[in-house]
Amino acid sequence: MAGRAWKFGNDVDTDAIIPGRFLTNWNKHPERLKDFCFADARPEFAAGVRPGDVVVAGRNFGCGSSREGAPVAIRMTGVAVVIASSFARIFFRNAINVGLLPLESPEAAQDIRDGDLLEIDAVKGEIRNLTGGRAYAFKPLPAFLQEMLAGGGLARYVQRRLGITDC
Amino acid sequence: MGATITEKILAKAARLDKTVPGDIVNARIDAVIGHDISGTAAFRELEKMKVSSVFDRDRILITADHFVPSPTLEAAAQFKDLGAFVARYGITNWFEQGRGGICHAIFPEQGLIRPGATVVGGDSHTCTYGALGAFATGMGVTDIAAAMALGEIWLRVPASVKFVFDGAMKRMVTAKDLILHVIGRIGVDGALYRAMEFAGEAVRSLSMDGRFTMCNMAIEAGAKSGIIEPDEVTLNYLRERTRQPFSVFRSDADAAYEREYRWDASQIPPLVALPHSPANAAPAAEVRDVRIDQAVIGSCTNGRMDDLRAAAEILKGRRVARGVRLLVFPATQAISLQAAREGLTEIFLEAGATVAPPVCGPCLGGHMGILADGETAVSTTNRNFAGRMGHKNSRIYLASPYTAAASAVAGCILDPREVN
Ligand code: SF4
Repeated sequence: MAGRAWKFGNDVDTDAIIPGRFLTNWNKHPERLKDFCFADARPEFAAGVRPGDVVVAGRNFGCGSSREGAPVAIRMTGVAVVIASSFARIFFRNAINVGLLPLESPEAAQDIRDGDLLEIDAVKGEIRNLTGGRAYAFKPLPAFLQEMLAGGGLARYVQRRLGITDC
Repeated sequence: MGATITEKILAKAARLDKTVPGDIVNARIDAVIGHDISGTAAFRELEKMKVSSVFDRDRILITADHFVPSPTLEAAAQFKDLGAFVARYGITNWFEQGRGGICHAIFPEQGLIRPGATVVGGDSHTCTYGALGAFATGMGVTDIAAAMALGEIWLRVPASVKFVFDGAMKRMVTAKDLILHVIGRIGVDGALYRAMEFAGEAVRSLSMDGRFTMCNMAIEAGAKSGIIEPDEVTLNYLRERTRQPFSVFRSDADAAYEREYRWDASQIPPLVALPHSPANAAPAAEVRDVRIDQAVIGSCTNGRMDDLRAAAEILKGRRVARGVRLLVFPATQAISLQAAREGLTEIFLEAGATVAPPVCGPCLGGHMGILADGETAVSTTNRNFAGRMGHKNSRIYLASPYTAAASAVAGCILDPREVN
């Protein structure tokens, strides 16, 4: 399934992704964050985004605070993939933990334009730009993280370590 | 080949002989910190994971600082939920309103962060604790919940970058100016994924308060951690606060740094970071005709005693300019009390400041002085992203307490050495 690209610049910070004022008790109702995603930075995003769309940005995406509400807000809009030239480290960890796939590809980040139709081929490790007729490679996740994801992610890992079966 | 202080601490935490940058290790955690937003959310994740107890109830440090006193019904509910979680998990180090303060000030003040420790926190400025020669880094709530449950977390060992400040700082130049200089030079991703190690004569001359200020802003350059080797200053600070044992690590002379920067501290003037990036450093003296509506002195960056004393030095016998709101947030309850005892609070009140409780306040745009459309603030906090302190069209200039106080008096951004 192809999704449209929503293009952002460099150093998109977590205040831009989800302003602090929406974060009180956020994980009680994480789905509510979707209405405020990019509320100040790109007010038309929350209403216009469709499941399967892709966020594309430049360097240092997700810099700033450690708020996990940032990748959750994006994920709750139905976006499952963020492509960037590079990611801020806390955002990267958080994205993996909440099921938002951070793909590092400077080439894709530079080439893709707002509104381009994109297709992600996880098996081939390829981002295909159906509008521009081009394909880009992305940096594979470290083997350790791929294993963690294959095992159901960090929460499941904790449960296995503690022998918690009910989930 | 020798090892850096960071590589040694992480080797100890991972129970390995040594670690090198790029290694992914399973690190044993000495302390996990959280606050009313991240702590509550992390406990809720624990609950979702059906984890009924934490790895060590004495090693989880919780305070309420962001949305207290509760400004909204949601925040009031959050604070109530946090109290219930703390009771349920039997957390012993819980600093509720009236006994606490801002996370990155209260935990060190209470002697709960010690050299050689590995600390993770549900807050990006957890890197502050590196000032004590600990490895400390921020994470999101799923990672924090995992650390609370297991007392372990995976970490990638960062490469270290060294920042050396030779020489002596000029009058009214502070740790804040040094770190704004660093970020101005290397950019907001200039130390992405790296450990920033601060050293040199000027850094050695800093008090612990100044060292906390420097390490606090490592994250603003994208770093994983900031760190300063412990010395006499560190040990004196700890002597008054803890009797627990700790291990002091130092970098070897032949440790490998990915890069080394060296500057002369005597050449650095009072700086500000212009909107909307902490990397937009400029000498305060060169910023002309920027009128301000608000000045904020406080936060986990600059809300400690040295900071309040610096502000008071400027404000003594002077008045805040008309049309300017000066807000002072001491970082902890004990600092508030000490400021009152030393007569600083009186100086602030006489100058026309609003002296607030020891909380984050408007730093993250929550409450207690958020900015309106088109307003400008000078602030001793650490982030000036668009909208951080209120309306998306407001503007923040980051500065030291001297510069913020001088600007409050002048009504516009001012080099504190020019205040009259
Ligand atoms: S003072 Fe500001 S930066 Fe520090 S913990 Fe509070 S909100 Fe975060």
